[in-house]
Amino acid sequence: MPQERQTTAALKPDNAEPAGPVNDGTQGASTSVADILNIPPYSLNREEKARLLDLVLRQLTRRHYENCAEYRKIVDALGYDLDSERPYSELPFIPVRLFKSLDLLSAPRSEIVKTMTSSGTSGQQVSKIYLDRSTAANQTKALTRIVSSFLGKQRAPMIVIDAENTLKDRNNFSARAAGILGFSIFGSKRIFALDENMNIRVDEVRAFIAQNPSERVFLFGFTFMVWQHFYRALASGGQTLNIDNGVLIHGGGWKKLAQNAVIREDFKSRLREVAGIPQVHDYYGMVEQTGSIYMECEHGYLHAPAFSDVIVRRPLDFRPAAIGEPGIIQLLSILPASYPGHSILTEDEGVICGEDDCRCGRLGKYFKVNGRLKNAEVRGCSDVYMQRVVG
Amino acid sequence: MADCVDYLVGETDVVERLAAAAPDVPFSAATIDFLHALHQEIARDTRAREFPDVATFGFFCRRANMLVLREKQRADLSIRVGRGLVFHVAPSNVPVNFAYSLVCGLLAGNANIVRVPSRDFEQVRIIKDAILRVTAGPQYRPVGERIVLVRYERTSDATALFSSLCDARVIWGGDATVQDIRKAPMPARSHEVTFSDRFSFGVINALPFLANGAPEKIADDFYNDTYLFDQNACTAPHLLLWLGSAENVGAAKEKFWQSMHEVVCARYREIEAVVAVDKLAMFCLQAVEFAGTRRGWGADNRVWRAELGRLPRGIEEFRCGGGYFSEYHAASLAAIPAIVSRKYQTMAYYGIPKAELEAFIRSSPMLGIDRVVPIGRTLDFSLKWDGYDLIAEFSRIVEVR
Repeated sequence: MPQERQTTAALKPDNAEPAGPVNDGTQGASTSVADILNIPPYSLNREEKARLLDLVLRQLTRRHYENCAEYRKIVDALGYDLDSERPYSELPFIPVRLFKSLDLLSAPRSEIVKTMTSSGTSGQQVSKIYLDRSTAANQTKALTRIVSSFLGKQRAPMIVIDAENTLKDRNNFSARAAGILGFSIFGSKRIFALDENMNIRVDEVRAFIAQNPSERVFLFGFTFMVWQHFYRALASGGQTLNIDNGVLIHGGGWKKLAQNAVIREDFKSRLREVAGIPQVHDYYGMVEQTGSIYMECEHGYLHAPAFSDVIVRRPLDFRPAAIGEPGIIQLLSILPASYPGHSILTEDEGVICGEDDCRCGRLGKYFKVNGRLKNAEVRGCSDVYMQRVVG
Repeated sequence: MADCVDYLVGETDVVERLAAAAPDVPFSAATIDFLHALHQEIARDTRAREFPDVATFGFFCRRANMLVLREKQRADLSIRVGRGLVFHVAPSNVPVNFAYSLVCGLLAGNANIVRVPSRDFEQVRIIKDAILRVTAGPQYRPVGERIVLVRYERTSDATALFSSLCDARVIWGGDATVQDIRKAPMPARSHEVTFSDRFSFGVINALPFLANGAPEKIADDFYNDTYLFDQNACTAPHLLLWLGSAENVGAAKEKFWQSMHEVVCARYREIEAVVAVDKLAMFCLQAVEFAGTRRGWGADNRVWRAELGRLPRGIEEFRCGGGYFSEYHAASLAAIPAIVSRKYQTMAYYGIPKAELEAFIRSSPMLGIDRVVPIGRTLDFSLKWDGYDLIAEFSRIVEVR
């Protein structure tokens, strides 16, 4: 896919507004996230991006330090000196699971307009992410910038591979609901491909396509739903669709499908077989950093946009791993302002495949996610991981 | 008959017969002879050399040790006999613990049904094979008939059957296991001994530590207490208290953790990614809960240290396996009672005279702390465990007047 390659000189917003403070990055104090979001997402090379992120992420760290008591205690306990001007790769990171056990906010509760939760299975604690108006708005803007660089700027008829009642609780967004709502801004008209029992509505989908002739049809769903309730439903029923102008974006991870490695290999070709969809993109992201997602390119790599980054760290000492060396994924994003989630350590294993030189032409790091970190082989412990024991 | 039970030693029909068998007296000659034969059999097994825990168990069973233990038990002048049938639910975490539990049951004069860990530990196999070889000889058959080893899954109804027949039940395995097994009723007269989740800590006196010319030996001992089972044994210290002047404690800590790091590098396997994340997450939670927490020096994620600004109640909730320690510089042993709850089991120490420790325990009665043992000895088995005298628990007193 052709990318708008920009030079440093073109760092200014592409909508011809006067150059913002982004350009004089060394001065700092008022770098606006909204301005940065005008930068084409895959246009910054390593040095340009480092100049930007060093500044903005350092500011964000200070903001959270000053506004979130819990975060301040953690940063102090880790012995991190806020005044040191170290690169963003050396900023503190907190494990993503802290959002499950702690209520972490850097804004007054009165300014929280939306609380997002992760989709934990029943009985598990869920992450609680508190959004104020500007953080929520920046998430939407970031998502728009990223996704429209794949879908085009025109809205298209949208097929959601899920059921409408997934959205029912509007105040408490599950990751799935948040994903559907977030991506719905790219749809001109919308149809839900599944009924409330997760059965595929083939006739309705066919009618929707026929009634909405368009250059492009946008399909969206969670990976597991797409496989289980769309692909398999079509394949086992011997039915096919012919959405040869379709672009499918799916995310949410391969965890539930991990037993079957074949699925990951064949996902795209199978979807082409049963539904004729020529273009399929996985994405990686988490509710703790909604908006700054990592899209899969035509060559099968996930890409970090200008406003977020990925660092893979070694289990032994948390130092950054080399290119090609698997480790623990850390995610950094300039979006989280109302909660201290701008630098988080995930529980996923990944590997950086390169930087600025993917064959697709996008700049920035490109990487793969191998899946969840393996459960520890806890010596001496038996049936249940981390079950406390006794002797 | 219960479902899906794998009888490693003994047969299905033996169970009902065991319930009807006559008990023996504690430390009977027949039992001591059998245990000595078991000791010899284990010593002959070349596989045992690879497993120090199996070798240690075999050594524990030798006649000389049994005679010493019998002599100590003589302080109890009552006439005792075994209760009858003891049902042991062994811990799943420490492979050889089932064998010690069995030995206690035998020594007290009982027939025994022992549920061994569901995981297929090589140590269990070695000990089971040794028992089978010894009891094949006619002279040990009477003792052999008092031993049934079983393995079964949680879903089996075997726990209900064995519980319904036993005179005593011993549950090693943590709060959840205890509550679960307790759902199975026992006869009204039956007795129960339970080992719940416990917390252990260590105390090091800085000056004697600095005076010791071989800190690596102490670090090696502490490694055995902790990393050997990833701090998952209930005896493993998670909190380390330092005694002495600020200067000495500072120097001692540096020397101790430097030595620990070297030992861990040499003996421990690779740090798993999940464990590294666990440690960081626990540290963050602890930092939020206890203001003033600071990360102590650590070259990497092998050793994580949370230095405490004060010694808070509830510190036992903040622990993490695989090499994670809270630390505090205490003015004296007198700082300890304020945090000790029923959860506290083992206090491991270095550089404190035994008499001082005895005086401390006597003068400060606490709800917790059942064992005070030197660093390096926390895993040593004793017939006194978790505050119980196991021979007394597994036998009954006959009064003759």
